[in-house]
This record gives sequence, structure tokens and C-alpha cells, in this order.
Amino acid sequence: MKTIKNYVVALISALLVLSPVAYADKWSDQFPHIKATGDIPGECSYEAMSKKNYKGKTLKINTHAVPVMGEPTALHAEQFAKLTGAKVDVTHTPAGDLYAKAMVPFQAGQAPYDIVFGFSNFINDWKRYLEPVPKKYVEMKQMQDVTPSHIGIASWDGVMYQFPVDGDRHYLKYRKDVIDNPEYQKKYKADTGRELRVPQTWKEYGEMAAYFNGWDWDGDGEKEYGSAEVMKKDDLMYAAFYSRSAAYSKNPKTPGGFFFDLKTMKPLINNPGFVEALTDWVAATKYVPPGGINFGLGDEIGSFGGGQTLFSFSWDDAFVAAMQPDSPINNKVGAAQLPGAMKVWNRSTNSWDEGFNQAPFFVWGWAVGVAKKSKEKEMAFDYLCFFANEANHQADIGIGRFGVNPFRNDDFKADVWTQIGWDKDIAQSYVDTLAQMEESKNRVFPLRVPGTFEFNAALATAAAKALAGQLSPQAALDEAAKQWEDILNRVGKDNVRAAYSVGVAMEDNKL
Amino acid sequence: MNFKHKYVFLFPGLFVLIGILIFPIIFTIRLSLSGWNSYTPEMNFIGITNYIRLFTDDPRFWESFFRLSFLSVTTVILQYIIGFALALIVWREIKFKRFFRVIFLIPMMTTPVIMTVIWRTFFHESLGPVNDLLGNLGVEPILWLSDPVIAKFTVIIVEVWQWTPFMFLLLLAGLLSLPKEPFLAAAIDGASPFRKFVYVTFPLMAPISIGAIIIRLIEASKIMDTVFVLTSGGPGTATETSSFYIYIKGLREFQMGYAATLSFTYLVIMIISLTIIAKVLTKLMIKE
Repeated sequence: MKTIKNYVVALISALLVLSPVAYADKWSDQFPHIKATGDIPGECSYEAMSKKNYKGKTLKINTHAVPVMGEPTALHAEQFAKLTGAKVDVTHTPAGDLYAKAMVPFQAGQAPYDIVFGFSNFINDWKRYLEPVPKKYVEMKQMQDVTPSHIGIASWDGVMYQFPVDGDRHYLKYRKDVIDNPEYQKKYKADTGRELRVPQTWKEYGEMAAYFNGWDWDGDGEKEYGSAEVMKKDDLMYAAFYSRSAAYSKNPKTPGGFFFDLKTMKPLINNPGFVEALTDWVAATKYVPPGGINFGLGDEIGSFGGGQTLFSFSWDDAFVAAMQPDSPINNKVGAAQLPGAMKVWNRSTNSWDEGFNQAPFFVWGWAVGVAKKSKEKEMAFDYLCFFANEANHQADIGIGRFGVNPFRNDDFKADVWTQIGWDKDIAQSYVDTLAQMEESKNRVFPLRVPGTFEFNAALATAAAKALAGQLSPQAALDEAAKQWEDILNRVGKDNVRAAYSVGVAMEDNKL
Repeated sequence: MNFKHKYVFLFPGLFVLIGILIFPIIFTIRLSLSGWNSYTPEMNFIGITNYIRLFTDDPRFWESFFRLSFLSVTTVILQYIIGFALALIVWREIKFKRFFRVIFLIPMMTTPVIMTVIWRTFFHESLGPVNDLLGNLGVEPILWLSDPVIAKFTVIIVEVWQWTPFMFLLLLAGLLSLPKEPFLAAAIDGASPFRKFVYVTFPLMAPISIGAIIIRLIEASKIMDTVFVLTSGGPGTATETSSFYIYIKGLREFQMGYAATLSFTYLVIMIISLTIIAKVLTKLMIKE
């Protein structure tokens, strides 16, 4: 009898101990996407969602085209539908049309979509049409792990309008097998008299990229090139330009604005710091692959991820794509902060401050909100919460083409990445890079003011003219600054100042 | 007799005309007098401010308009020449005539956006097959899409490829409808094929040619999808056309009021220019 009792106790104990595993297996069997972790308990886990009943209801989502963000949206929609009984309609829209596709019905007082995906810098224009994220989601455990900078990006005046599903920043990606190669280090030293190392400044970046341009340095029988960059007008190229400008123009000694002088609202984009960055960028057209001047983000990811270039800098996607097992340069890449500069423009003294300066750019990323006029707000927030639950998030960030990047403290642990096959030192360099950016006190955040699109488009057009040789860097940026003045006059300086002050407070470490 | 009831029969047609033609134009004019944008989403009234901005402070629109004029005139002239030549070939009794007629029409039957994506892949400077083939012949990569001058000609190549069949179709229909007698008379007089073309075929085809050229000019002046997919107006603004610029202002930057101003101005310019072009062509091509 005692033996039977012992067996029963042992069996119950075993069930209790193993229940999370069995529970995880149950869901990962049904949803292979989370096979690595199984379901992870939480307010929006698979288990929790399976208890919701949205049968007979329809959720309408407008998202980006497949794969980037469009693929995880559709995948999680399918999972959500299976778990809750809801019908989920997903519409895929090209990146350039996401803004208008939501804005037209917003302005007409309609809500054809319950959930709209866009970019985090839409927040100022969209916030009046979006439902603030309810308190119960803001206080959830999964939200507590989101880094303060990404909470700031998703919020306006302390109110969260965008549900965090992605974290973005620009950083440097380089070919570790070249930069760390002792033979190339020796050859580079002999030929140029300089050290081959992870570039510390944009000048070094340019010198190395030019040296490794147009010859077969990885022995694959094809020519390789210096750098792949987003240079195509109207395809996010303004973000690439801000990345190149930050080191020359974000001076920690002159708080109060990177894009404008907050006091006077004078555009700063044609000051010598920005002009220096654009001059560097024009020189970069000589060391990008043929046609590189027309590279959009997809081309950049394909070019660097396909092993065509030594360097690249932009969103995480190119790095994660390069690290996937089927990539030709798997475990041959390194991450580092964006290069700095040996001088930075001081707008107070109207002169250059000599010395090393570095400024991470927290570029905008994917953002998503629930329409204020939606009739299915609860279901919409549940879907978003499910999208970003811990199991889905861990699976999504390891797939480069998904465009879901780290934004939680847990993501900055090397183990998360070594578990999916990354070499330990690469994983460490990656998480160190991201963590250093989070810790930096000299950061640049994206422009989030009324008319953001107009400002960015004017800058992109001017920069594109310089890259194409139609205008000199100074003339191009003067043209952009003049247009920024015109936009300011149309929108109203005070309107822009009020919105811009929020971003400046983040940059000046006051939020 | 009171025939007033006849107007009742006009109402359905009139109603449709007002709905699909008059109302959008009137709405566009009204929108052009407003400052509707992303931060002022309302039909306010700002007078002719947008028009003043267009005529005094927007060189980019005028540059895009002149670029469009160059692209559309060049493409239509090439389409006319090639289309006429192809039509003349299959107009004659040749082997596999029906087969060639279908072959020549294929580009027009394909979806422009899809085909432009394929052309973009062909012309991709580092990964595309065109430069690869040229490389095998020892030719350095040509910057099909990233050189400001060459990119214009790349757009022209794609447009000519896509729309020459339309010209071919109209001109072939015209050739098939020509009377036989002038050709018989020319044959009896011993006219050479060249003289027959210059003095018989071409003059007889003039009215159809003018119609075909005007139709294609109207279509070519709306060129948008090819530029959007192939170059996005770049490098710089080297291939930006009026319709692409209006799209950027309206649907990218969400300056709806200003985009309406551009659209309406563009419409007026096109009506005037095409009327003049039609008159000039009639004078040049149709001899009394």
C-alpha cells in the first residue's frame, strides 16, 4: 500500500515538475514556429489565447508586404485565428503606401482596418486616430521587459499609442573574415600604412571600403565591393544619411536639437557637420557595387547578406539574414556601433570641436496601433499582445526576413543568439553593440513632428541629387534647408517645436 | 408640340457624365484651393496660395514636366517608327503572318508592373544578366539605372518595348483598311516600293497616324508605373516625371491640396499642348 502511495506521490510530483514542458510541447506540436521554446507562460501566451473566444468576429489588419513584417503578421494572424476562432483578414501594402493607406480612411473618419502597421515616426500624425494601449497591457510582464528607449519611441507625452513589436537602430556590419584576417591586416598595412580594424570613424570606413572595392577578396570567383548602403531616393535613404551625419553633427556639448535648433527652429541640416557627412557619402558612390546608388533596403540586405560587400550599415535585418544557416557568410560577420568622427560641429561656437565623437541613431522601426474607431479593440490588442508574446518574439527575432528586431532586455543576452547557431563571439559582439547603444548618452532619435514625411522627403531628394552628381553637397543641403523652412512656415513653427521638443528631451537624456 | 419630356431621356447619361467626369474635376479644383495635408486634414480655403507656390517656388515640378515631355515625345516617335515598320512587314503576304502578328502583340498584353520588375532585374548593374553578358564580351558594366543620362534611355527602352505593339496594332488596322486602287495605280505607273510608301501609303495613313500618335502621347504623358518600379525617379531626380512627382506630393507626403493643384495645372497644360500638337501634326502630315 505504501509503495502504491509512493508511486502516486512520485507520479503527481513528476507531473507537476514536467507540466510546463508537457504544456510547451502541446502548443509547439501544433505550432512548429515555437518549437525551440514551446509556449512560454504569460498573459498573451498560446495557452492564454486558447481560452479566448472570438468566434464570429473579424479582425482586419493592414500590414507591410511579405516577407518583412508582412510574414510574421500573417503567421501570427493564422495562429490567433486557430486559437480564438476569430476570422483575421490581413492586407499587405508596400512600405511607401502604408502611411496613406491608413491616413486616408483615418481622415475620412472611417476604420477599414482595426490594426494598422506603419513606422514609429508616424506617431505624431497617427496618434489622434489611434487608441492608447490599455493599462492592462502596458503593465503586463512582457511589456516590463521592453527597453526604456523603445517605450519612449512607442509613446507620446507618456501615453503609449504603438504596441512594441520591433526595435530598431542602425549599426555597422562588417566582414569579420576580412577585417580580422592577419594576412589582409598585413597587406593593408603594407599598402596603405594604416591598421585594418573595425572602422572607428567614417573616414576609416571609406578608406577600407575603397581598398576592398572591385576585386575578389573572398576567393569565390566573383568581384566584391566596399559597402552596400540604402541610397535609393524615397526608399528610407534619409535614415542612412542621418546615420552618417550623427557623428559629425550630434555634439553632446550643444543640446537642444539635432535636426533643428529648438530655440529658433532654424534647420541645422546644411551646417558643416551634415555637409561633411554628405561629402563622405558622395565619395561612397565610388565603392558601392555597380548600381549601388539605386539600392533600397532589400538590395542592401541582399548585397551584404549575399557576401558582396565588406561593410553595410542599417537595420538589424541584414545582420540577422547574414547569420542564418543558409547564408554564404554565416558566422563570418561582426557588429559594431556606427563609426564616429574625429571632429564634430559645434553650432554655438560655429566651429569644429576636435576629438572623437560617436552618436548612435535610434532609427524608426516597425510600429503598430489599433484604430480609435475600431469596433474590435479588445480583440485587436489581444492579437498584438499575442504577436509579441515571449515565445513568438524569440522565434521571430531569429528570422532575418521577418524584420522583427530586439527591443527587450532579454534580447541583449548572448545565449538567445548562440541557441540559434551563432558563434559565441559574434553573438557577444552583437548584444554588446546593442547594449552600448542603449547606454549611450549621445543618441539621435528619429524626427517625429507634424510633416515628418515632407521633411524627410525634401532631405532625401536633395541628398539623392548630390549622390547623382546633380548638385554639390553644400548646394543640395542648402536646397533642403530652404525647403525645411518652407515646410515649417506651412505647418507652423510652434506646432513643429512642440512636437520636436519631445524628441529633443529624449536625445538630451531628460526623458 | 411640347418636347420638354425629351430632356428626361438625357438625364441618365448626364447624371453619369456629371458623376464620373465633372464632379472629380470640380472636386479637384476645390481641393487645390485648400491646404489639406496630414496635419490639417480639412477642406479649408486658402485661395490661390498653392498656385502661387507652384508658379514661383517649385522648380522640381517644371523640371519633371520638361523631362516628361522629352521622354514621351521620344518614346512615341520611336514607337511610331518601329510600329509602322512592323505593321508594314506583316501587312504583306509573308509566311507565318498570323504568328508574327500575335508575337508582336505580346509585350502589350503583359502586365506593365510585372514586366518592369523583370526589366529592372535584367538591368540590375551588378546582379542582372545584361551586364553579365556584356562582361563576357569584355564590356565594362553599364550603369543602366544609376547614371542620370543612361537611366532616361533605360526608361525609354522599356516604354518602347511595352507600347510599340499598341502603335503596331492601330497602324496595321489602318493599313488593312486602305483602298486598293491607289496602290494598283502606282503599280501600273511602275512606282518603286519606296516611292509607293512615300507618295501613297504614308499620306493615306496620315489621319490614322495622327490619331495613333495623339492616343499614345496622352498615355505616355501619364507614365508612372515604369518610373516607379524601374528607378523611383532616380538617380537623384533624373527620371522623375510629372505624374510620379504628383504621386509623391499626394500619397507619400500627403499634401493633398497641393497635389490637386499640380494635377489640375497638369491637366490644363496637357489639354493645351495636345491640341497644339494635333493641329501641328495635321498641318505637317495631311496635305490638301
